[in-house]
Amino acid sequence: MISEATKSQGSYQNAFQTLQANGAGPQRVPWIERLRESAMERFEQLGFPAVQEEEWKYTNVAQIVRAGFLPLTATGEVSAAVGEQQLAAFTYPEARASQLVFVDGLLRSELSSLTGLPEGIKAVDFATALASDPFSELLREYLGRIVDYGDNGFTALNTAFIGSGALVVIPKGLAVETPLQLLFLSSSTKANLAAFPRVLVIAEENSSATIIESYNSVGADSYFTNAVVEIVLKDGARLEHYRVQDESTESFHIANTRADLGRNSSYETTSINLGAKLSRHDLSVVMDHEGAECRVDGLYIIGEGQHTDTHSVIDHKQPHCTSHQLYKGILDGKSRAVFNGKVFVRHGALGTDANQTNKNLLLSNEAHVDTKPQLEIFADDVKCAHGAAIGQLDEDELFYLESRGIHSDLARNLLTYGFAEEVIVRIKVESIKTQLDEAVLNRLHARLEA
Amino acid sequence: MLEIRNLHASVAGNEILRGINLVINKGEMHAIMGPNGSGKSTLAKVLAGHPAYEVTQGEVIYEGKNLLEMPTDERARAGIFMAFQYPIEVPGVSNAQFLRLAYNERQKHRGEEELDPLEFKDLLKERAKLVQMDASFMSRSVNEGFSGGEKKRNEILQMAVLEPRLAILDETDSGLDIDALRIVADGVNKLHTAENATIVVTHYQRLLNYIVPDFVHVLAAGRIAREGGKELALELEEKGYDWITKASTANASTNGTSIAVG
Ligand SMILES: Nc1ncnc2c1ncn2[C@@H]1O[C@H](COP(=O)(O)OP(=O)(O)OP(=O)(O)O)[C@@H](O)[C@H]1O
Ligand SMILES: [Mg+2]
Repeated sequence: MISEATKSQGSYQNAFQTLQANGAGPQRVPWIERLRESAMERFEQLGFPAVQEEEWKYTNVAQIVRAGFLPLTATGEVSAAVGEQQLAAFTYPEARASQLVFVDGLLRSELSSLTGLPEGIKAVDFATALASDPFSELLREYLGRIVDYGDNGFTALNTAFIGSGALVVIPKGLAVETPLQLLFLSSSTKANLAAFPRVLVIAEENSSATIIESYNSVGADSYFTNAVVEIVLKDGARLEHYRVQDESTESFHIANTRADLGRNSSYETTSINLGAKLSRHDLSVVMDHEGAECRVDGLYIIGEGQHTDTHSVIDHKQPHCTSHQLYKGILDGKSRAVFNGKVFVRHGALGTDANQTNKNLLLSNEAHVDTKPQLEIFADDVKCAHGAAIGQLDEDELFYLESRGIHSDLARNLLTYGFAEEVIVRIKVESIKTQLDEAVLNRLHARLEA
Repeated sequence: MLEIRNLHASVAGNEILRGINLVINKGEMHAIMGPNGSGKSTLAKVLAGHPAYEVTQGEVIYEGKNLLEMPTDERARAGIFMAFQYPIEVPGVSNAQFLRLAYNERQKHRGEEELDPLEFKDLLKERAKLVQMDASFMSRSVNEGFSGGEKKRNEILQMAVLEPRLAILDETDSGLDIDALRIVADGVNKLHTAENATIVVTHYQRLLNYIVPDFVHVLAAGRIAREGGKELALELEEKGYDWITKASTANASTNGTSIAVG
């Protein structure tokens, strides 16, 4: 008897064969082909993660395996047309003239616009990057070298299907004020579609920029997004990175992000998880150079039937690096969140300043959180703290608001907002803030209607 | 305006209020005094509708309606306001945001015009003068990191914005410095009209020099043990509560109810 997993693995192998036979552009470049082949081989060995594995204990991906999602390249179909108007709902006004739009994993240049970006910054798909020298070299140097596909079947699978990814290079010393949005849209017209978004960001010495990576869909079908984002910050570079996952609540979203921080560089990231039936984000920030700092914030807001899982690793390998991590979660209905955050302070990483907090607000009795902040310190002279909390709305706070005439539902909503505000207030892109204000508000409407 | 009849209330299974009777008419200023733990705050919270307190007997009629049947927010919109003895901190919600929502809820209730953030800012600025509160407090989270005295002032600012019909001020004077006490008392006096009523809960005769009550009620072991005019406060200042609580215990035991007085 063939198991579901084996069958599904087999269909990805078939899709891979199809790609080998018909692939074009980047997929035909020999070194990429080798990378893809070795990743496929690794995927065949690893398979899909199982709940028996410690890292996947609380997140069962059987539904993804069973559904047999396939990439567009394998089905030979084309994405549905996406109109500009449809697009507007997912574009942040600050990035209206600085966005790359991918539909079902493929770049759509007619929907993209880069006119708002200053000269020098490069934001292109892999095909374009491979056609010009310095960029093809950069791609070769870093693609698949930052994120490790050796121990994660999903990452291996993404790597095996690399095609139309995005390369962003911020050149030395350039300060880019305008945020760049990388929008990954699912057209949702074809059933069981898998998309493999792939991004490589290189912030060169002393450059600075803001990137918004966002995931949305124009339909409500079941599909599968498996994204990998690799980020390199050279010495003194500063990157603000927002990740907004607002996929259809019928979809599955698996992502792996890793950022390698150079000397005295600064990485500030906020990961927002609103959508997907099941989502999992693996995030690693590696500080292997002195004086790097990062702020790693997160906010997940989920409701009935949703499951979200964040596994983060913050790795202090060199002295005098700073990391601040704050993840907050709001859970309603029958939902489940997992937070597993590891902070390593390696031998010799003196003067490390690390703190990590995960706080969860349960709005229903059926919501459940598994949180595990972990701090592993192998160095002296460090300042480290971590903590986790799971709570409900405070009865006295509710009473206080109600005693001023605020309706009970609005009071709950206001307190919920107050809980999330600590993360929201640090976001510097105004329209992301507005989106989150509304996300909190919409939950209220949903409840009032229910 | 308000009539409390034989009100009994418990918290966590302990009876705290044991038969309160009190009538408040519009235009009146009442003071409630009494030893620690006698049930003053409990009475205030029961009137405001705190869910932790269970009314086991009696009734409260507010403007012809059964107050005890109204949810907390509805009571507030109907004009009841309690200034908390220990104001609650609400992280992440700004004072201005909170006050505007509360103000607009009341306006909506009365069928009057709601204010947008800019319009409300003007109103808030004007009302803040009453308690001489700095505008910088408006953008801060409700009570978060406020000093004890600042929290108390903020309560009176809320009162000034919401213009209640019945205000119950639970020890608003404690924690205020001498100047602040005068400012707050002034504010309360200005807000007090012939159309509304105020109950001040206090331990100190000093406050009653500024806010002159028409009636003074002394609460002991969950009952009103003594009532009088403003001179009763002076008498208490002189003699303490002992003579009243003793009389109240004797009184209670003749009724066949057992009351434990610590
Ligand atoms: N939530 C509660 N749980 C348990 N006991 C309570 C609770 N609230 C009040 N009590 C008890 O009820 C009694 C009356 O308390 P209350 O706060 O009403 O007193 P008070 O007259 O306001 O005192 P003070 O002058 O100290 O403010 C006290 O013994 C108090 O411990
Ligand atoms: Mg009290």
